[in-house]
Amino acid sequence: MNPEYVINPLGDSAIIVTWEQRIDPAVHAEVMKTYYHLRSLTSPYITDLIPAYASLTIVFNTAQLRYSGHKPAMQWMMAWVREQVKHPENRDIPAPRELHIPACYDPSLAPDITEMAASRQVAINDIIAWHTQTVYTVYLTGFLPGFPYMGKVCAALETPRRKQPRLQVPAGSIGIAGAQTGIYPITSPGGWNIIGQTPLRMFSTTAEEPCYCRPGDKVRFIPVTLEVFRQIQQEQ
Amino acid sequence: MSITVIQQGISDTIQDTGRYGYQHLGINPGGAMDRIAMAVANSLTGNSAGEAVIELHFPAGRYLFETAAIIALSGADFGAAVNNIPVPVNKPVYVPAAATLSFTRPHAGARCYLAVRHGFALTPWLGSCSTHLKVAMGGFAGRALHKGDRIALNNTQLLLPDAQLKILPWTAGTQSLYNHAAIRILPGSCWQLPDEASRQQLLTGSFRIAQHSDRMGFRLNGPAMHTLRKEEQLSAGVCRGAIQLLPDGQLIILMADHQTTGGYPLIAHIITADIPALAQRQPGQSIQFSAVTGETAEELLWQQEKQLRYLQHACRLRLEKWLLQYEAHRS
Repeated sequence: MNPEYVINPLGDSAIIVTWEQRIDPAVHAEVMKTYYHLRSLTSPYITDLIPAYASLTIVFNTAQLRYSGHKPAMQWMMAWVREQVKHPENRDIPAPRELHIPACYDPSLAPDITEMAASRQVAINDIIAWHTQTVYTVYLTGFLPGFPYMGKVCAALETPRRKQPRLQVPAGSIGIAGAQTGIYPITSPGGWNIIGQTPLRMFSTTAEEPCYCRPGDKVRFIPVTLEVFRQIQQEQ
Repeated sequence: MSITVIQQGISDTIQDTGRYGYQHLGINPGGAMDRIAMAVANSLTGNSAGEAVIELHFPAGRYLFETAAIIALSGADFGAAVNNIPVPVNKPVYVPAAATLSFTRPHAGARCYLAVRHGFALTPWLGSCSTHLKVAMGGFAGRALHKGDRIALNNTQLLLPDAQLKILPWTAGTQSLYNHAAIRILPGSCWQLPDEASRQQLLTGSFRIAQHSDRMGFRLNGPAMHTLRKEEQLSAGVCRGAIQLLPDGQLIILMADHQTTGGYPLIAHIITADIPALAQRQPGQSIQFSAVTGETAEELLWQQEKQLRYLQHACRLRLEKWLLQYEAHRS
């Protein structure tokens, strides 16, 4: 499969490759293939590669390119990216990690779950069943360091963002916004509907890999009781 | 050997060139808002251009030098004084031991950079000493400097034994490094989204930097932009200088601590060469924009880079010569 994509400058120091604009694991797989391919080349000019739902942002160092005699730098990078995106070799693309993330849906940790169940005239257990039935794709991490944007939740779970964002959403909180589900890695203001909390530390400043989730991961939520939640939390 | 914060500033943080290579995890690069001023202050002290510096906002902190040091200030002019004797920006200054550096009045600019010869002794996080406030990492304890903080210096020996403040007799010329006219922009992917009149407004009108503008972004107060259709965008990786169009028709410019991804339409980008000039504008000030081509943007950045490189070499030679002469004179 070689889906359509376009390559455009993003300002004077970045390029963005854009695929068909939809939330689709197949489109995202193309993004990740390109991401890992470019990463494996360890270009001295590229400072960051940011994969998202259906795009890859390539941030580069213009001065470095000019010191190497590539002039104009943008034109040189555009040609280089065009060539690389055309022939992504698959050798360095790791299989997606499958993460099992314990999630406690106890209303004491899930301020919006009761309302979500009530508005749909279902039991809280139905909300839990719907949220845990899907294996989610991490499409991107953004908003906060290590915040995974995952999707899609089943249609019955889709909920718009809260009109009034909360000033403080505790770290580990699991939320829903539209068709997306995500986890707050650190305590922060936020507008997602909170339906649970994981005891896992999603962001650790001491770990070699500071973020628990990365783009491309497959995530399944495992429901745990409040007791198990506390237990895992203490072990962390 | 260290410097101590004896009075807290409103937001003094350690910054360097930034933390690159982690944006795919949502960790933004941060770094100095005005990379030119950082490079100039460092160059004047003989440091490499990207050494960690203190980024000061007014009112800035008061600093006690436990040891003698060669320092330099660049960027905003906050009326700096050492032991109440005024010291200018863009000149190397020999600060004697037990001296106090203070800032009296904001004359011009929004951010002043303090470099100390040989730099601060800090532990980098993910390859950078820039302060990441949101996750409380990097810089000094991952936060803005507080009263009582002691920041260790890399220079361990007392450089010059006499206790005289010295303003070294040369100046880094920074005038031509900054754009003093309209801030130059390139069209973004959604340049065609606002109607013709709104696009014209962007290029001919005046916009005021809103009060709650900060290191994350500059909000602009100006005529609302009109769009012919509503554009729903999937979140994508963004970059510093991008101008986002908010649903209410107002604009926001992404600055050093911007989020790594965003879903608002990007209608334009500040050219990289002009970001330092923009970073020195304060909330309440007006700015205008003018359009340039990508090639012009790149050429301006390259000229700036070459000028900074030249300045760095020149400063290093002057300082080394001065230090040698001083040593010879003493012995």
